[in-house]
Amino acid sequence: MSLAPQCSLNSVSNGDKDGVVIDCDVRELYYGKFKAVRDTRIAIERGKITAFIGPSGCGKSTVLRCLNRMNDLVRGFRFEGQVCFQGTDIYHNSIDPVAVRRYIGMVFQQPNPFAMSIFRNVAFGLKLNGYKGDKAERVENALRRAALWDEVKDKLHDSGLSLSGGQQQRLCIARAIATQPQVLLMDEPCSALDPIATRRIEDLMLELKQNFTIVIVTHNLQQAQRVADKTGFLYVDTTQGGRTGYLVEYGETRQIFEDPVEKYTQDYISGRFS
Amino acid sequence: MNETVFSAPVSPVGEPVRIDISQLEKSLRRPRSAFSFVLSVLVGLMTITALVPLFSVIFMLLVRGGKKLSMSALTELPPSAFELGGGFGNAIAGTVIMVGIAALISVPVGIIAAVFLAEVAPESRLAKVVRMCAKLMTDFPSILAGVFAYGAVVLITGGFSAAAGGIALSILMLPTVMLTAEEAIRMVPSKIREAALGMGATQVQTVWMVLLPTAFPGILTGIMLAVARAAGETAPLLFTALFSNYWLASDGKIDLMQPTASLAVLIYNFSAMPFENQVELAWAAALVLVLMVLTVNLTGQALSRNRTE
Ligand SMILES: Nc1ncnc2c1ncn2[C@@H]1O[C@H](COP(=O)(O)OP(=O)(O)OP(=O)(O)O)[C@@H](O)[C@H]1O
Ligand SMILES: [Mg+2]
Repeated sequence: MSLAPQCSLNSVSNGDKDGVVIDCDVRELYYGKFKAVRDTRIAIERGKITAFIGPSGCGKSTVLRCLNRMNDLVRGFRFEGQVCFQGTDIYHNSIDPVAVRRYIGMVFQQPNPFAMSIFRNVAFGLKLNGYKGDKAERVENALRRAALWDEVKDKLHDSGLSLSGGQQQRLCIARAIATQPQVLLMDEPCSALDPIATRRIEDLMLELKQNFTIVIVTHNLQQAQRVADKTGFLYVDTTQGGRTGYLVEYGETRQIFEDPVEKYTQDYISGRFS
Repeated sequence: MNETVFSAPVSPVGEPVRIDISQLEKSLRRPRSAFSFVLSVLVGLMTITALVPLFSVIFMLLVRGGKKLSMSALTELPPSAFELGGGFGNAIAGTVIMVGIAALISVPVGIIAAVFLAEVAPESRLAKVVRMCAKLMTDFPSILAGVFAYGAVVLITGGFSAAAGGIALSILMLPTVMLTAEEAIRMVPSKIREAALGMGATQVQTVWMVLLPTAFPGILTGIMLAVARAAGETAPLLFTALFSNYWLASDGKIDLMQPTASLAVLIYNFSAMPFENQVELAWAAALVLVLMVLTVNLTGQALSRNRTE
């Protein structure tokens, strides 16, 4: 880490002293000519669940995908700012985005298991990393923590695609946690699920919080209230032409929902926006 | 009421809708149903018409080729002009070897090229040029592949050979393998690709561990098509592998630098001969060729089914 570029963001210049794992400062973010997000500074704290809320198209997914450089895959993507992961700027030229993604895992909105067996799905990340130890043990452990073990233990060699939507999503979570990433990014992980499966995933997040730091995007305000320690509210600015998202308010979930400072936040959580 | 429109009758407010059961029944008296019936019959007839030549060829092959099919036909060397008996064992071996050489060349090269076209630089100028050339080459008159291999291999190595034949066939197989593999890789949903990259897979790992296995059935279909085409090609072999009445061997070892017989060329040669024995052998060889292609296809299908389950 000695050669790694040090972050110039003042709050975390010495690594994660105050428990900040990722300090993200999006000054300007473009998709081609389109300015999608501006001025969004969020510090993600270790061992906590941070939620992004806000209207559709305000850039929640975009900001989330910045945190592990998934946006690099988008043609025309341009980023000004810094994302500091444990004191290192992951957007620095010397950083390998692939390595970043091994520490910062991701669970997508739509379950996306590979067309291979359940076991091989979960063992995928272990294989990527050339894991030499007991794969079966790690796979079982990940499936247990994802609350899926009992449902699949007798059919580990069936295709991952043969599971139900909620099971597939838990499989994707198991796949993501099998390699023990530091941070788990979840983009509306429950939007394809029914209320019961949703509750299971929420319980799961609270459980996983012991070991991982979780960042979640959600449209469900109750969900944010139920699981998140910290909440960030993003909104779309249309005043300068275009539709640029920015962070309006960020703080403890209780404070955001019960005592918001900004008027926009107040309007949004009380449902006064269409 | 207009009979061709199937809209529910609108009843005045307050009155229950009355359904006329006869309206729901199938009836050829209704123009729409009658038209649909005529079209169905037409489609059926056309399907049969299209299948007639196909089945008659297979029927002829079975009747005329089956007669001569025997262990000796499969294992012995071709007879000379007035000789009776004999077989085409060396031609079977020659076809298998040359198609094998062609597959060994065209499958890896084609798949690697497809990965480049689909994943590495799909929009690059190089990719566009390569893609266009490949499309042109799929309609390539096959004799040109033979002429090319004649110039590039036969003239340089100083003689007709199985290797030259294999290279000529690989030129014919390459574009098919490449274009179908590209298509198959492109068809892998982007969410699968994202899943791999989101796990921290490198591009090479993504291609190798996720994209190629997922695209495998499609790639295999392309290979099967290409093998089937190559196995039946005659023209390119006339310039390259020529023909031989002996086994492809010298000093008891397989020698790829010798000319060799092949089923396609044997059929071409023997079917034009004025000797009944040779003509019958040509029929049997044709049947064997069809069966070989069929076997390769069935094996491929079974493989891809196992893989996706
Ligand atoms: N790949 C892309 N290319 C171009 N523009 C994009 C791309 N992805 C997102 N955008 C644009 O960036 C803006 C923010 O999109 P983003 O997906 O981050 O919104 P979101 O807040 O996640 O919305 P939702 O709640 O509907 O998922 C939108 O205006 C969208 O059109
Ligand atoms: Mg989104």
